[in-house]
Amino acid sequence: MSRISLKINGREQTVDADPDCPLLYVLRDNLSMNNPRFGCGLGQCGACTVLVDGRAVRSCMLPVSRSTGKEILTLDGLMGVESPDPVQIACIEEQAFQCGYCLNGWVLTAKALLAEKPNPTDAEMRSAFQGLVCRCGSHTRIFAAVRHAVSLINGAGKP
Amino acid sequence: MTPKTQISRREFVKDAGGLMIGFSLADASVIPRLLAPLPQGGVTDNVPRSPDRLDAWLHIETDGRVHVYTGKAEIGMGVQTAYGQIVAEELDMAPGNVVFTMGDTAQTADQGGVGGSTSIMLGAKPLRNVAATARYALLQLASQRLGAPADQLQIKNSIISVKGDESKNISFGALAGGTDVNDTMKVSGEGFALNVEGMGKPKDPATYTVVGKPLFRVDMPGKLYGKWDYVTDKRLPGMLHGRVVRPAGVGAKLVSVDQDSIKGIPGNVRAVVKGNFVGVVAENEWAAVQAAKKLKVTWSAAAPAFPEQKDLYKHMRTVAPKATKETLTTGDASAALARAAKKVEASYDFPFQSHATMGPGCALADVHLDGLTTVWSGGQKPHALRKGFAELLGVPLDRVRVIWMEDAGSYGRPGFEDAAADAVLLSREVGKPVRVQWMRTDMTAWGSKGPAVVCDLSAGLDASGEVTSLQFTSRAFSGGETHFVPSTAGNFIGAQLEGIPNTGGVDEFAQWGVQAPPYKFQNIRAVAHVVPAFYDTASPLRTTHLRDPEGPATSFAVESFMDELAAAAKADPIDFRLKHLEEPRAKAVLAAVAEKAGWTKRASPKKSSGSGDVLTGRGVGLSTRNGTYVGTVAEVEVKRRTGEVRITRFVCAHDCGLIINTDTLRSTIAANLVQSLSRAMKEEVMFDRSNVTSVDWSTYPVARASDIPSQFDIVLLSHPELPSSGAGEPSSRATAAAIANAIFDATGARVRQAPLTPARVKAALTHV
Repeated sequence: MSRISLKINGREQTVDADPDCPLLYVLRDNLSMNNPRFGCGLGQCGACTVLVDGRAVRSCMLPVSRSTGKEILTLDGLMGVESPDPVQIACIEEQAFQCGYCLNGWVLTAKALLAEKPNPTDAEMRSAFQGLVCRCGSHTRIFAAVRHAVSLINGAGKP
Repeated sequence: MTPKTQISRREFVKDAGGLMIGFSLADASVIPRLLAPLPQGGVTDNVPRSPDRLDAWLHIETDGRVHVYTGKAEIGMGVQTAYGQIVAEELDMAPGNVVFTMGDTAQTADQGGVGGSTSIMLGAKPLRNVAATARYALLQLASQRLGAPADQLQIKNSIISVKGDESKNISFGALAGGTDVNDTMKVSGEGFALNVEGMGKPKDPATYTVVGKPLFRVDMPGKLYGKWDYVTDKRLPGMLHGRVVRPAGVGAKLVSVDQDSIKGIPGNVRAVVKGNFVGVVAENEWAAVQAAKKLKVTWSAAAPAFPEQKDLYKHMRTVAPKATKETLTTGDASAALARAAKKVEASYDFPFQSHATMGPGCALADVHLDGLTTVWSGGQKPHALRKGFAELLGVPLDRVRVIWMEDAGSYGRPGFEDAAADAVLLSREVGKPVRVQWMRTDMTAWGSKGPAVVCDLSAGLDASGEVTSLQFTSRAFSGGETHFVPSTAGNFIGAQLEGIPNTGGVDEFAQWGVQAPPYKFQNIRAVAHVVPAFYDTASPLRTTHLRDPEGPATSFAVESFMDELAAAAKADPIDFRLKHLEEPRAKAVLAAVAEKAGWTKRASPKKSSGSGDVLTGRGVGLSTRNGTYVGTVAEVEVKRRTGEVRITRFVCAHDCGLIINTDTLRSTIAANLVQSLSRAMKEEVMFDRSNVTSVDWSTYPVARASDIPSQFDIVLLSHPELPSSGAGEPSSRATAAAIANAIFDATGARVRQAPLTPARVKAALTHV
């Protein structure tokens, strides 16, 4: 066990954890931050995604010791209900999900994608999402939400 | 789950004490009673609500919100939103003011939980009657309060007022908030079919203003904002984290467990062993994860219980059936076949598929053998689970409470039930609350499976191309080998490993006319066999309900074969189907999907579908399921060289009677199409002689972003004059056949084994 400092959603937090422990369990178990979800523990599905310095990262594969000194952002830290992110708004307006268990991956990957490519092509979007699983099959709505988010960001409103 | 802001029934009843209104009722048989608060003890009496009381279902809160208690659960398709619309419609209130407690066995009536696409089809009925009766009761009360006859009152947005003088008004909350507006409900049926009727008569659907509207889902903002609790997020003080360690293979017996092998892991880890059930517990989750991985367990050799994978379908066709059912005989099919000018025969194979839920299964159990045991689970049937756990613990039923909380989409009986049983077993052994989180392999490899199904069909055509004979034989593992109603101790894999005999399930057949459309032919014979399970206890190939049990598999065969017959008759596949259909609504969805797809009448295969490597085609499939009708058209591109198939477009016409919410229905249909595309193109449980070797998302691939068609056209055929039928499963059914038919249309190659992998398509292409 080590004392480890993390910056999560803009707040400094200190935890006692095994340095090898994946960030996912530290967030969930030590800090009761439940949004990154356990899906596979193998980096294959994306349910545990968080943003680390703006990059979408699988928290089930990232040792907590390698998360220090970085800006970690989780779904609930992405924005408050008062000022939701366009991706969140777009997902609500497109009613993008079924059960929603996977949505940390899609929302945060979309967020990272749009930060890098404000107007991604269909192929770029699919490529960014290729590592994610949505078992319910909500993909079409999610894709529509990304396109909608692009237009929200560009101030065009609902397409 | 229920919103965090929601106040429990018990708290409300307690808080409401001061608001009791004294009422003298002239005629108690007509005017509903205002009752004293609920029986003392609130939820701690731990008895499911008796459905014969209005207040078992509905409570009016002091702020005017209507709190509905239902034994149903939300599994991701938006049923809670639809229920809210149904209640709001009858009560003329804002749907957002209807709040729910779902699936808590101590607070809801046993409605059989979720299954069979019945949550709206059957579950809406009692809810509508309850809301209508609450309306009736409120109007009676308001009549006394406002001094006007009930038929002179109106309700607008939860305010009851006198028609023509809206200044005379009273709100739901002021009128009855916090007390129980009650009435006696006449109960009929049970389980899914449980219905209640009271004094209130539901509205005429023609007058609906809320039902049928595409309202947003109530759970979407909470989920998107990260303010939604799934069962995975439930914790208790002092709880331990548990993991399971499954056997080295089916039938392997525990020889020894080396507790020392996990000694070095901090977190008070320990192994828990009971029979062949092995688990670990620890104070923190990471310790439990590591311990499950590092625990040195010696198992005896596993049983070679399974055939070689390549022999699976041969095995199913040759093994003596466990049960056989002649499901339909019309005329004399074999005599007619003998006279036929042309014979068409085909065999279709559909593999075991895994629920492989997005979350692998999680539950929290707090066992008290001398007190109340509480289990939080996302299983679809909480009241049945309660019975199963009471039996498992050997305690009376009233000592167990199951609280349903939302988990990942379950689509049947995936193993959330087994994960909960694992938590119960571990909590019982260690005397503390235990949260079990299955790892990916515990679900994908060891979770229950959708059954493999093979179907053999033959038909005879006369010289003019008329089908004069049709024979259908299915051989399937039962969709209920593990009972989908988990109400017995032996239902759970953990219990079976512990040594409790498998209580078994039911024989569920893959039937002509039930799991596939009831096409009419002059002479027809349909037989269905159930194939015996490979291994009786704790088998990773045990089968149970997976979305639309046997439907996609049987439909793949029948809807492909109808296409083969159409081709043999040189007929357009839709025309050919219409000729053999009687039900107008089945014909209507085919007509609607054809129109939307821009379907041109012609026989398959396409004469020239392209000269290069990429060929294009279109295919159709029909699904008829308990009153719901779905026509699906798939458009595909097939790469001749590699056999790769890309589905470019889905068109789907859907008729499920009265629609409650057009948008949640559309999203559920689109998701059905994608999930069934995944099953059609990708999903096949792989196994060796003793183990399932599909253990994760790389060994059990599912559809990913690149597999999703660019275009979806969904046509809703609305029939407000008809009762609602189900929508959770029917649009999953015909997808595999529609795609296979499109591949045939494009290439002339017929793929008869699912999933339709590039290798299989390529192999079929060599026979063209």
